[in-house]
Amino acid sequence: MLEGDRRAIARSLTLVESDHDSVAGLVDHLYPHTGSAVILGITGPPGVGKSTLVGALVDRFRRSRRRVAVLAVDPSSSVSGGAALGDRIRIGERAGDHGLFVRSVASRGHRGGLALGIAGMVHVLDAAGFELIILETVGVGQGEIGIVDRSHIVIVVQVPGLGDDIQALKAGLLEIADIIVVNKGDLSGAARVVSELRSSFAMGTDPAPPILKVSAATEEGVDDLVVAIDDRAAMIIDTGSIESRRRRLAATEVLDYLQVELRRELDRAGQLVTDEPNVIDSVSSRELSPRQAARQLARLIV
Amino acid sequence: MECRQSDNHFDRPRPIRVLVAKPGLDGHDRGAKVMVRAMRDAGFEVVYTGLFQTPEMIANAALHEDVDVVGLSILSGAHMSLFPRIVEELREVGLEDILVVAGGTIPDSDRRAILTMGISEVFGPGASLTSVVDYIRSNVGARSDVA
Repeated sequence: MLEGDRRAIARSLTLVESDHDSVAGLVDHLYPHTGSAVILGITGPPGVGKSTLVGALVDRFRRSRRRVAVLAVDPSSSVSGGAALGDRIRIGERAGDHGLFVRSVASRGHRGGLALGIAGMVHVLDAAGFELIILETVGVGQGEIGIVDRSHIVIVVQVPGLGDDIQALKAGLLEIADIIVVNKGDLSGAARVVSELRSSFAMGTDPAPPILKVSAATEEGVDDLVVAIDDRAAMIIDTGSIESRRRRLAATEVLDYLQVELRRELDRAGQLVTDEPNVIDSVSSRELSPRQAARQLARLIV
Repeated sequence: MECRQSDNHFDRPRPIRVLVAKPGLDGHDRGAKVMVRAMRDAGFEVVYTGLFQTPEMIANAALHEDVDVVGLSILSGAHMSLFPRIVEELREVGLEDILVVAGGTIPDSDRRAILTMGISEVFGPGASLTSVVDYIRSNVGARSDVA
């Protein structure tokens, strides 16, 4: 897999996505080979053209011979657990191009952001030698800003016609953006959205990120976007801000794994109560309060 | 249907992944989209390729998406020439063992020939969505290799 065999990469992605225990070894094994890829997070409300934009970006990156991988995340049905994954169509199929790897990912019920499986998938692609990894997800507001904890650079995509939603989005999504893209720039109202965004930022204390008007469908403005991405990457590296972003990604992932471990331990809590009848006797006889007993048992768990 | 929301999805078996592809010049995709939705409602993760797929594109998608099943949806009548090429391309990228099924306006008289091409089952125009889902559930192979 480390040599870039596509089938091995695809299989590895499947394993780390779905089965934690048997492949904890795989991620651990790959991890020393990760750390060179730049992770680009692209998010925004549904229907703004993220996938088409990713397709246009991929085209530019491949022209400059940069190896790119895309993880296109869509929600799973909370009823059936299944998913219809249609981003691939808009990104475009490039059969035979070994420098591009596009993978559709279902969220599998993970609320409020991106699942731990996706972090593992990023590591697989990083270790396989992809320089740029694009994480494309739906973000609709304050609850979906998990992408900032999984990417080095965050691009938020907007479109004209969202109206009052812009104000609501501002509180969450727009504040985390390194670059804001107003897509469907050919529509009337696009210029107004750009100036509205600029003036909202002017009222605040933080400097505005680059705000670009783009039409992913006609590819107008996409070259400027690539320049903006490269400039932003250079800036965060030069200022050293890349280090704090790397640490944030690491901390997020450690916390996520820790929660998985602790949740597993928690599942055994019921068994623990059954296994320690002496402690329960002490509670019945009023030697211990229930809370004191729970604290004693908790020390046995970790 | 049970609600499957859980923060600890790691401990559950993974969903079946299917690629639904429209090979060739066939421009009608309503049937394919209906199939995609039915599979999603059955709990599968379905990657839909869209229209006008070449055999190379289909194999490319199947490879990257690591699907368990490739479903070919074709209404143009070109299945006899397209199917062998698609199966060949799948072999080229190492996917000779993948389950391949086909559906659409495929006459019964072609069925036997198609089954010798490396395609496991053919679902003609009258086939129900449930029959396709059930067939896949019963015939998806357990994976033999582990990374």
